[in-house]
Amino acid sequence: MKYLDEFADPDLAARLLERIHAVTTRPWAIMEVCGGQTHSIIRHGIDQLLPAGIEMIHGPGCPVCVTPLEVIDKALEIAARPDVIFCSFGDMLRVPGSDRDLFRVKSEGGDVRVVYSPLDALTLARENPDREVVFFGIGFETTAPANAMTVYQARRLGVRNFSLLVSHVLVPPAIAAIMESPSCRVQAFLGAGHVCSVMGTAEYPPLAQRYRVPIVVTGFEPLDILEGIRRAVVQLEAGRYEVENAYRRAVPAEGNPAAKAMLEEVFEVTDRAWRGIGVIPRSGWRLAPAFADFDAERRFAVQDIHTAESSICRSGEVLQGLLKPHECAAFGRECTPRNPLGATMVSSEGACAAYHRYRRLELTRV
Amino acid sequence: MCLAVPGRVVGLEERHDTLMAEVDFGGVRKDVCLQYLPDVGIGDYVIVHVGFAIQRLDERSALESLAEFERLGLMQEEFGDPFAAAVRQMEEEL
Amino acid sequence: MSEGNGRNEAPVDLAAWSCPLPLRDSPTVVMGHGGGGALSAELVEHLFLPAFGPVGELRDSAVVDVGTARVAFSTDSYVVRPLFFPGGSIGDLAVNGTVNDLAMSGAQPLYLSTAFILEEGTALADLGRVAEALGAAARAAGVRLVTGDTKVVDAGHGDGVYVNTAGLGLVGPGVDIRPGRARPGDVVLVSGDLGRHGVAVLSCREGLEFGTAVESDTAPLHGLVAAMLDTGADVHVLRDPTRGGLAASLNEIATTAGVGIEIVERQVPVPPEVADACAILGLDPFYVANEGRLVAVVPPVDADRVLAVMRGHPHGSGAAVIGRVTEEHPAMVVARTGLGATRVVDLPVGEQLPRIC
Repeated sequence: MKYLDEFADPDLAARLLERIHAVTTRPWAIMEVCGGQTHSIIRHGIDQLLPAGIEMIHGPGCPVCVTPLEVIDKALEIAARPDVIFCSFGDMLRVPGSDRDLFRVKSEGGDVRVVYSPLDALTLARENPDREVVFFGIGFETTAPANAMTVYQARRLGVRNFSLLVSHVLVPPAIAAIMESPSCRVQAFLGAGHVCSVMGTAEYPPLAQRYRVPIVVTGFEPLDILEGIRRAVVQLEAGRYEVENAYRRAVPAEGNPAAKAMLEEVFEVTDRAWRGIGVIPRSGWRLAPAFADFDAERRFAVQDIHTAESSICRSGEVLQGLLKPHECAAFGRECTPRNPLGATMVSSEGACAAYHRYRRLELTRV
Repeated sequence: MCLAVPGRVVGLEERHDTLMAEVDFGGVRKDVCLQYLPDVGIGDYVIVHVGFAIQRLDERSALESLAEFERLGLMQEEFGDPFAAAVRQMEEEL
Repeated sequence: MSEGNGRNEAPVDLAAWSCPLPLRDSPTVVMGHGGGGALSAELVEHLFLPAFGPVGELRDSAVVDVGTARVAFSTDSYVVRPLFFPGGSIGDLAVNGTVNDLAMSGAQPLYLSTAFILEEGTALADLGRVAEALGAAARAAGVRLVTGDTKVVDAGHGDGVYVNTAGLGLVGPGVDIRPGRARPGDVVLVSGDLGRHGVAVLSCREGLEFGTAVESDTAPLHGLVAAMLDTGADVHVLRDPTRGGLAASLNEIATTAGVGIEIVERQVPVPPEVADACAILGLDPFYVANEGRLVAVVPPVDADRVLAVMRGHPHGSGAAVIGRVTEEHPAMVVARTGLGATRVVDLPVGEQLPRIC
């Protein structure tokens, strides 16, 4: 595919790797924020090819992984109702709630459907006027514009049988929370490229200054990741801490103004609990009052949810980069992609799943 | 984050007062909402995520980046480098 | 064989398996049980086999002795939705799928039975088209439909048309083709490019529609297999990578034979249109279903001539070497990535789902 395949060219990758090796004189710990970047790193084996001193710490940028348990449990309750068609991205179907997941609800008769886009859910609502259609609106800033436009259209077209179960999370507060953690070892960040395609880069210089960390806005293909790492290392070696844009082809500094305007209108900032991490103030979006009618949590007054996380799951520490997946005692034993205890093992972007899926060779050799 | 893929706009239409585009991803075509990029025209490249075009792909930037990566390698070929040779050898082993 | 249940864990017994774990194990059937991956394998190993008694090596078709004849016997059910998709229909799959299962034992397929479970209210015109396609596929494959059955279930309790076909074939003397025969040093081949069927079907799935020229690769492969065996080569393993794709087939071979398999990503042929569709949906082509391809494991001394014969056959023109069997990392399939690093190619857990991340 044009503008994708070229950025996986092995010869250019070798050159970038060589440059990284040439400029690295000391150990550095770099966090890639986005789960898509984690997936790409592990899947292509980039972590195996970097200089031994460079450690990639996997960040919490997997919206599937950080969706709060309470929200998952609410989704499960709503999806189980006979009058509801519950629509979701594929990633969410196997995320464990307190005692089951959406797949299980489907197997018990719930009408759970995978869609590619939230607009498909809206179409379903228009085609099924006698059913309630609920869309599970999770994601970071990249996905929020799609959900915002969908609910905006629902209101404009008067589609009353549609609602959104919202759980959006934001990257900049997550970076701050990670840097505030006393056990934080992160020295530089690879910024989430597509989040910045939407939001631009303006939120990051204050973070780089406050925490004295280089932040390099980075894409997802192998060459993009390697270039992001290279620029981060160059800054670290020089003692600089600036925001750089290594994904210019998809990130203008101002982001997408039309999308940002819609986000302003449809959502408002709220405190958000991040599964495995805890509440990060002002780190999420919920529907603004003007769109409250389309909030599934209000429409389906869900009873008190009593959540129960696995007591041995340590995904929170993994998400903060404090623990590598294979350092968890449950990894590969009680916790596998088949029987995940936490979301980091079930999401294709989750670090635990990535390690289990792609890295068992090295881990069993140890 | 998130899986967003570049494609070329090959068609435009209004549906329920919403700007939609037919986007070609190297042979696969999908309908995509273009409301967030109203100035995009046929032949332009966009980045698509969950059925929405979220940003233009700046083709010139893309080509500049690739050229930069090529240039990085040239420096090494001048001075020679054992690591690059080792990586190339690994490739040849396949 | 449960994923993650490596060599360090005690075997899981039926009671422990069906006892609900805090978050995961379900007392009901879930879609993943039909996905061809780890969940399917668990259902067979921990629910069916204990009830049925020993079956011997698990494989696509069974080879049994009936008097002096060696008979291959296989069955498969077809529940694909939509019934008609680019490149074929449930009728084509119903014939080719079972013919191929027999061919994977090196058998000459001879006879099929067809059993239909029809949902009340299904248009007879649609059923007629399915029957036409099925009959045509049988003629093209040179197999005879000799017996069958039809049942009807209430509307809402089926999905239009479900078909089961069972097949009989004959295995020649000295032919011993099964997953357990893979040996370190063997060469791994595929008969053509991968991912067409899965992408073709997904492209019509409601909620995921996308326009593509990709068509299903459904085809009967027994002619190709016969040509491969005619070379006199000692073919060790044949497998058709249907549900769960190449990854499922390679993992099954590695696990059954207790060997490792190493493949080189760039040598696995994937057509660009399939790669693009997978990129958009976030799927991995190694896990996408094929209905007209086979994986072959042959001794190194036979590899060149088998490959040449495959390439000369209409159903093998895209054949390629993709890797080899190794004594390292037994039961694990490892791929060398485009960049030269390695990654494990896991057994899929359940259905592969389109993702956003």
